[in-house]
Amino acid sequence: MMRPTDYTIAGGLRALEKREISAVELTEAYVKAIEAHNPRLNAYITVTGEQALAEARASDARRAKGEAGALEGIPLGIKDLFCTAGTRTTAASRILGDFVPPYESTVSGNLKRDGAVFLGKLNLDEFAMGSANTTSAFGPVENPWSRANDPTKRLVPGGSSGGSAAAVAARLAMGATATDTGGSIRQPAAFCGIAGIKPTYGRCSRWGIVAYASSLDQAGPVARNVEDCAILLRSMAGFDPKDSTSANVAVPDFAAACARGVKGLRIGVPAEYTLPGLAPEIEALWQQGFAWLKDAGAEIVPISLPHAKYALPTYYVVAPAEASSNLARYDGVRFGARTAERDSDLRDLYERTRAAGFGAEVRRRIMIGTYVLSAGYYDAYYLKAQKVRALIARDFAEAWAKVDAILTPATPTSAFAMDERQDDPVTMYLNDVFTVTANLAGLPGLSVPAGLDGQGLPLGLQVIGKPFDEETVFAVGGALERAANFTATPQVMA
Amino acid sequence: MSLDAATVRRVANLARLRLDETEVEKLQTELNGILGWIEQLQTVDTDGVEPMAGGSPVPVALPWRQDAVTDGGQADAVLRNAPDREGEYFGVPKVVE
Amino acid sequence: MSYTLEGDTGPWEVVVGLEVHAQVLSESKLFSGAATAFGAEPNSQVSFVDAGFPGMLPVINAECVAQAVRTGLGLNAQVNLWSRFDRKNYFYADLPQGYQISQFAHPIIGTGVIEITLGDGSTKNIGVTRLHLEQDAGKSVHDQHPSKSFIDLNRSGVALMEIVSEPDMRSPEEAGAYLSKLRQIVRYLGTCDGNMDEGSMRADVNVSVRKSGEEFRTRCEIKNVNSVRFVMQAVEAEARRQIEVWESGGTVEQETRLFDTARGTTRSMRSKEDAHDYRYFPDPDLPPLVLEQSWVDELKANLPELPDARRARYVGLGLSPYDAHVLTIEKETAAFFEIVAKGRDAKVAANWVTGDYFAALNRLKRDISDSPVSAENLGGLLDLIADGTLSGKLAKDVFEAMLEADESPASIVEKRGLRQVTDTGAIEAAVDAVLAANADKIAQYQGGKVGLFGFFVGQTMKAMAGKGNPALVNDVLKKRLG
Repeated sequence: MMRPTDYTIAGGLRALEKREISAVELTEAYVKAIEAHNPRLNAYITVTGEQALAEARASDARRAKGEAGALEGIPLGIKDLFCTAGTRTTAASRILGDFVPPYESTVSGNLKRDGAVFLGKLNLDEFAMGSANTTSAFGPVENPWSRANDPTKRLVPGGSSGGSAAAVAARLAMGATATDTGGSIRQPAAFCGIAGIKPTYGRCSRWGIVAYASSLDQAGPVARNVEDCAILLRSMAGFDPKDSTSANVAVPDFAAACARGVKGLRIGVPAEYTLPGLAPEIEALWQQGFAWLKDAGAEIVPISLPHAKYALPTYYVVAPAEASSNLARYDGVRFGARTAERDSDLRDLYERTRAAGFGAEVRRRIMIGTYVLSAGYYDAYYLKAQKVRALIARDFAEAWAKVDAILTPATPTSAFAMDERQDDPVTMYLNDVFTVTANLAGLPGLSVPAGLDGQGLPLGLQVIGKPFDEETVFAVGGALERAANFTATPQVMA
Repeated sequence: MSLDAATVRRVANLARLRLDETEVEKLQTELNGILGWIEQLQTVDTDGVEPMAGGSPVPVALPWRQDAVTDGGQADAVLRNAPDREGEYFGVPKVVE
Repeated sequence: MSYTLEGDTGPWEVVVGLEVHAQVLSESKLFSGAATAFGAEPNSQVSFVDAGFPGMLPVINAECVAQAVRTGLGLNAQVNLWSRFDRKNYFYADLPQGYQISQFAHPIIGTGVIEITLGDGSTKNIGVTRLHLEQDAGKSVHDQHPSKSFIDLNRSGVALMEIVSEPDMRSPEEAGAYLSKLRQIVRYLGTCDGNMDEGSMRADVNVSVRKSGEEFRTRCEIKNVNSVRFVMQAVEAEARRQIEVWESGGTVEQETRLFDTARGTTRSMRSKEDAHDYRYFPDPDLPPLVLEQSWVDELKANLPELPDARRARYVGLGLSPYDAHVLTIEKETAAFFEIVAKGRDAKVAANWVTGDYFAALNRLKRDISDSPVSAENLGGLLDLIADGTLSGKLAKDVFEAMLEADESPASIVEKRGLRQVTDTGAIEAAVDAVLAANADKIAQYQGGKVGLFGFFVGQTMKAMAGKGNPALVNDVLKKRLG
């Protein structure tokens, strides 16, 4: 007997269409699953169960009238960085207080338009700054997976979209929205054994998404498999005249591309991604990935991305710089929490509000960003980083003359424990070493669950593609998924 | 380049972050760690390289909208989330110029 | 002789540069669809973009770009086909985003020039360094509460053009003339309404002093001066202050000051230690602003006639340089004159507009935008003079009647029977009656007292209630008196 939470999105849509299940039944199952497991995983900051059931009833009514949308009746979780009209939006920060947006982000609005049901708002690193979901003001998220030899050790789900990845892996949502600035979709997807894609910069509108670093932020889906990601992305993507960086390009049928195969495709293997400290299991999985693709008819081509090794320090100049400016609006005047003494002047109000409202990692990045933009340091840091960024982008542009897609590991390790790597910020930053280049160059990157490490923890492979060529990325991802046949499930699961 | 405590305070001032002395010390250590690691960028030859600005992988230009009043007329929605709403205004401690 | 201020150590030269903020005339704001109209209820013209809400993004208004380009063309300036927006970061109560979107490194308009005319009729070219587009901030209201300031964001996000001059001005008069001329140009172009009372135009005035032949000394910036008169006063007051500082052995510190219009002095603004670290960087929400040359050319082809060109044209029509100047100061005046003069004698039209009409406006304390007489009707009056229906004297009477009710002069003439008499028979009858009653005067006249001719004209006109055609009256009298 198939349980409601067993359905993938593609399967769920077929079952709904055949009336094998209703949106209400699906939604009820997920609301129950959240009640059962969210207290432990802390994947949701806000659960909107009642509202979800009302939406599900409306969805069933639409389907009955023959007005079903592309995602009609599919229960999803929304990363709490997307503004949702009438539902509190926190960015996992104290500083937003009880902010209730009077508007709906374009991406979540697109999903609603297509009939999706929203289960609630998913936990994340504060303002999407983090790689472990340990910086949330609403507490850390726990990875539903655990180590075979140490099952009680609580592991991180990755970040910043830790709530999204954990919820999907534990089946507390059929799929979820996420955002990726340096790896925040792909790294948690890999840590939680699910798929996630950061599309090309400009593919999804940023309008209504709380900004972290505007030139790097992109929304994308996480889901149980590559095809589900493709289905969600098709609804989320599209030109938005309200975002001046939104790309006016057609949105193809990404799901169709998943089954396309890789015959004749040239897959790049970047020499520089063989890091000295790379775990042997990851190295082995990467080689396995090439073997799978070769077996499926692809050609493996060595390439060079000589500036990729500077991607992380480049990112940690550019992203904090933009963040320091983007987060200036949180000042306790128009929305959010205010902290002030009776005799506070405006400056004191700002300083107290921002000191009390932002957590340590956010404060750290605001400080770095303010410093690298300040008089006397702009050229040495910010301008230098933007030049190196241009070189990183140029490396990719040159590679596209030789290859159609690039295969890399998604992360340098599997999920680590909540009490590990918290002491030194730089160690934490190294998590994004494989993912951050795609953000700097604006390229699409897909993380595909491809195997388990010795502790039984999931590992992912990353496919990077040409600008606006998500179809090839999905084709390669689909081939890897079929070859890997990843069927393992986490220890905590509805 | 190494940050001294005075610079940490000056940057915190610019960013409007209130810091106590122990935080200044802690941040000084952390920021110097991060900036030291970032220092490797200086070894990259970037002569004649146009800096990237914006995130698009393809050349883009600013899209324009037509000049029409399509927004506003929603003072209540604009003010509703304010920590200190004073009638039709936002309230802040008195600003002296 | 160039302008100097006398100090204890001798004459000082004054150096002035202006940064003028001119509000772009547009329906909606630079980056949002909220309205720009003046005087609305607080926070009623605010989008979530203008209020800096989370996730809100800017989208540029095409008309604001066009207005900036028109202004640049009007200043004979270079139009940059590639420009970019930067963020200027600082915290202030009326700056919701915590940064102002402005064009720091790459402005839309490059160098240009403005020719100013001074009181002695001489002209001087003042260089324009640049013009860029930026957002206005909101407004803080300080007088509504004892311990709080109130924030109104209606202005937040309204498009401004910041027009920066070279430090080319050397006197309060030149600074005033520059601001007046700039205001005149943007008003002619229709790119800014120039209402300084409403803050649509305001100037930051950079002042320094130096001894003749020296390099520039340290300057101070006087913020937000909102009239031509205050600019001139502020320049002089600040220059005198600096001279005193230098002459007493002190050093002028570069700082931002305010002009106290009541005291006529400048004072230092509360110092902000980080005021000069704005951390500019390219706004990642806004790709570069790229213009097509053909689009710029089209704007250029459709540019209205500018004041200098119009003044020259008026002189070509036979007007005195003074009249041409007076008629072109305000574009509304020029537009009024254009209608009055259309198809008529331009000189006569100019005399009426600058003479009786201006006098009437003064007397009635009315403005041309609220004119008691329409230009069409004034033109009609000129037609009645030209075709002999009205004498000059009668025309003035009709004009007075028009001021009371803006009716067509023809209908006033009809209703009040003010038509001048051109019937020779009637005039001859009146002349004969006057001569018959003044036989003694005829004798004196014929005896050589020719000055009495005016007496006969006056008597005849009086007898005809002023309606006799003066030329005909003259003719008949000359004939009769031989």
